[in-house]
Amino acid sequence: MSESIFDLADVTVRELNQTLHANESGTFRVLNPRGAHAVAAGINSDVEVHIEGSVGYYCAGMHQRGTVRVHGNASTGLAENIMSGTVHITGSATMSAGATGHGGLLVIEGNAGSRCGISMKGVDIVVGGNVGHMSAFMGQAGNLVVLGDAGADLGDSLYEADIYVRGAVESLGSDCVEKELRPEDLETISRLLSAAGLAAEPTDFTRYGSARELYNFNVDDINAELAEGQS
Amino acid sequence: MCGIVGLFLKTDTYRSELGRHTAAMLHEMRGRGPDSAGFAVYDEGIEGQTRLTLLAEGRDFSSADWKPLAASLEDVLSAEVSVRSILDHAVFETKGDGRAARQWLIDNHPSIDVLSHGRQIELYKSVGDPDLVAERYDLATRSGTHAIAHTRMATESAVTTNGSHPFVTGADTCLVHNGSLSNHNQLRKRLEQRGESFQTENDSEVAAGYLSWRLREGDSIDEALHAALADLDGFYTFAIGVESGFAILRDPIACKPAVVAETDDWVAMSSEYGAIATLPDVQHATVFEPEPSVIYSWSLAA
Repeated sequence: MSESIFDLADVTVRELNQTLHANESGTFRVLNPRGAHAVAAGINSDVEVHIEGSVGYYCAGMHQRGTVRVHGNASTGLAENIMSGTVHITGSATMSAGATGHGGLLVIEGNAGSRCGISMKGVDIVVGGNVGHMSAFMGQAGNLVVLGDAGADLGDSLYEADIYVRGAVESLGSDCVEKELRPEDLETISRLLSAAGLAAEPTDFTRYGSARELYNFNVDDINAELAEGQS
Repeated sequence: MCGIVGLFLKTDTYRSELGRHTAAMLHEMRGRGPDSAGFAVYDEGIEGQTRLTLLAEGRDFSSADWKPLAASLEDVLSAEVSVRSILDHAVFETKGDGRAARQWLIDNHPSIDVLSHGRQIELYKSVGDPDLVAERYDLATRSGTHAIAHTRMATESAVTTNGSHPFVTGADTCLVHNGSLSNHNQLRKRLEQRGESFQTENDSEVAAGYLSWRLREGDSIDEALHAALADLDGFYTFAIGVESGFAILRDPIACKPAVVAETDDWVAMSSEYGAIATLPDVQHATVFEPEPSVIYSWSLAA
């Protein structure tokens, strides 16, 4: 299948993105990204995009359906608000990778910086290296699989996402606790590793999740609230 | 927002091109700070000699215009003072006491800003488009060992030349800042009681003054930055130049961006990778995001 080449030394990111938005399918190769922002953002089709080099902020932001592969590093907000499809980078990402993602798969072969998967809402994130502090902060759904170590305050104020870490965790955030690794967790890890093309032994991971003690509503308090409302 | 860049040359391979590479990095950071810019360039300097970079904002003095001030300073220091002017900036060079010269100028000539003093540093800053600032003060042709530069989007104080970065308060100690400090007024008072003097209301100048004070008390740059982690409250990514050295520090939350790249020849840091992508041999660099509360420093000293 033929492939379209976009050299960002010659064309603007806007031209690239407009082309990606106008095509329902096809393979696109992007050269010389040189840290440009918002490369391949807003895709909502079955296109396949290969980016040869490192990108700036919000690469593949709001991604849906297609595939974006970055052969390099990415800065803040990689695949932020991803809805579906796949975003895969061979290098490392800085802050807030996969932030608020609703679905799809984000693979970072290297390390992810702080707040990886912050407020994740269903996305699956697989990180080959380490994640920085406050990763999965306020996560609501989805899975974060970390083959390396996790920084401080992992899973702080977590709602319902699952976190699997193979290495050491510097500290757990408020209301995040270690949980039993169930057979369905081993299946999830196995499935995500395979989708990410990374090798590891599922049983080597530890699962972390919400202790559910920060949920403010307590049924025993309902009468107190009603009583207060009447006074 | 603000954009910061730092380039530290570990070997002499690119030293004749320091200014050209710094200007290219600064160019990439225009979008983060379109209202003003500044840069500090370090070279090896001359032993026993101090340079002071002075600013007479908006007044393009010739060397002859600066002469009377230099003559007064010669009397105070009992040492010769040579003058080199570049638009509204001038570089005074003397074998006299640089810190005393800075203090005398601040006390007696409030219309002149002392932008820097030290053996190795020269510093230029102005309001306006960063590319124009670089061009006006000839950044691209400068050589040296390291450079720190900044593009400013003002938040904590007005858009003025002396509110622009970098800030120098101690000999050869220069700082650029992306972020905002919340305890700078209190800290400024404490530092003034300890003998530091400030020329602006800017929060970042206080951070520079804090480091100068710690270094003067005998701290190494690593020790000074370690103390800063406890005493500075707010958001910050700092790039810091010192005599023969370069350092980076981010606050414990680290929401202000930073990326570092290192090769055998150079270390570069910037707010965005786009600035680093301009550097020679970048494809072989080790690129990483500096971690919060971790002090990174490099030195040419043996």
